[in-house]
Amino acid sequence: MVNQEGGVQAIYQAALDQGRFEIQRCNDCGDAVFFPRELCPGCGSGDLSWFKPSGKGTVYAVTTVRRKPEAGGDYNVSLIDLEENVRLMSRIENTAPDEVKIGMTVKARVAVNDGAGLLVFDAAEGEAQ
Amino acid sequence: MSGDLNHLRGKFAIAGVATFGCGEAPGYTDMELLAQAARLAVADAGLTMKDIDGLCTASASSTMWSMPVVEYLGIRPRFLDATMVGGSSFIAHLMPAMQALESGQCDAVLVAYGSAQRTSTLSRKEIGKARLLMDPQPYEHPYQPMLPMSAYALAASRHMHEFGTTRRQLAQVAVSARQWARKNPDAFMRDPLTVEEVLNSRMVSDPLTVRDACLVTDGGGAYVLVRADRARDLPQPPVYVLGQGTAVWNRQISSMADLTVTAATQSGRDAYAMAGMGPKDIDVAELYDAFTINTLLFLEDLGFCAKGEAGAFVEDGHIAPGGSLPVNTNGGGLSWGHPGMYGIFAAIEGVRQLRGKAGDSQVAGARTAIVHGNGGTLSSQSTAILGTAEAL
Repeated sequence: MVNQEGGVQAIYQAALDQGRFEIQRCNDCGDAVFFPRELCPGCGSGDLSWFKPSGKGTVYAVTTVRRKPEAGGDYNVSLIDLEENVRLMSRIENTAPDEVKIGMTVKARVAVNDGAGLLVFDAAEGEAQ
Repeated sequence: MSGDLNHLRGKFAIAGVATFGCGEAPGYTDMELLAQAARLAVADAGLTMKDIDGLCTASASSTMWSMPVVEYLGIRPRFLDATMVGGSSFIAHLMPAMQALESGQCDAVLVAYGSAQRTSTLSRKEIGKARLLMDPQPYEHPYQPMLPMSAYALAASRHMHEFGTTRRQLAQVAVSARQWARKNPDAFMRDPLTVEEVLNSRMVSDPLTVRDACLVTDGGGAYVLVRADRARDLPQPPVYVLGQGTAVWNRQISSMADLTVTAATQSGRDAYAMAGMGPKDIDVAELYDAFTINTLLFLEDLGFCAKGEAGAFVEDGHIAPGGSLPVNTNGGGLSWGHPGMYGIFAAIEGVRQLRGKAGDSQVAGARTAIVHGNGGTLSSQSTAILGTAEAL
């Protein structure tokens, strides 16, 4: 039977649009799951539920995409490992791109613009900014 | 053991190869480049298009590509494979082609590709926009990574962090490729290149510069695979398929478990196992160098150096002309050319070396070549070990 709220991608985005960052956990094997899936990639179970992660993460890999100043200038793209042992792509917003370093502790934040939520990160207090 | 494919070792051979329009081919379409390469490869094999009863092909833009190719070539194949795993596709096609020949489903398989991406009237910017719509990656695209390059840049950042790999070492990959290209009149970029020039070239996605990235060129490539007994009756010296393996672990770079370990560890292991060989048995390596970090990752994952040691290996000159392991002897994607999906050209260069027809870039006495394709953003890996009759 289909979920009346739609598939997990729509549900994930709907939560972000309301300012909430939620990911899934498998109720069979216990693994946290990201990106949102209809089945657990660890064990194949279809029994997943949503939860609010701590939002704490560590920068795993980093690049600065070079862009002309008139087009908005250089920007950061990072891979971030969450405390819950999942990895995702995002950007670090409160830090100059060339100051974002692997191993930096970061904190999730949902930026909502015109009703559309986007997960971004800020360097945690005490990290160079 | 399950999946043991030793019984396929050496039973099939590449009997014909060709390229067409590599570099710049203004006014040509993808299909026209493919068709010319296909025609020439079939002729090189001493066959006619009527002999072709199997086809493998893939396109980065057309979702039903195998059908127009069949139509254009005027063939009625009994075996068709259009597996699309990015740039590694045409090395991945070897295994289904071998299985089809083994079963008797067909007798001669053409593997063919063409891309006019350099001079196409459809700009790469337009293609990029279309891809965002047709193949969305909703968990990456909002952050505007410059794909594919930023994915490889992320992998490079991690390799540098974990192993102390340096930008100079990455640059040396580009310089070594250029040194090979300088020996190859077919290479697109043959001017001298120094490490300093790579380091000082335009940064695109840190730590990768424009000279850490493959070229954008046009080109068609094709090869013909037949059973070994038939290959021995054809005009060219057969180049036997000794081992093959393909592995896909993820699509998105953010889904990769360890950015310093690729699925080439699996594809390479399977290819070596089928061939009954190891890295020490390889004379020439053609490793898909979409970016300089690729060469380092594949040198490690295919067992030519320990994990983390490829930077030093390259800096010591091992992969350049005169080094202990000839790598990307045509100049590679970095300097020979890169028509969108390079895998088939790595395979063709391996064949050229094993036929002893590589001119100034010939590796003397080469009997074995490993040809390795990569696709997506370190997403798919396909490895084949090719050999001369002496390697059987």
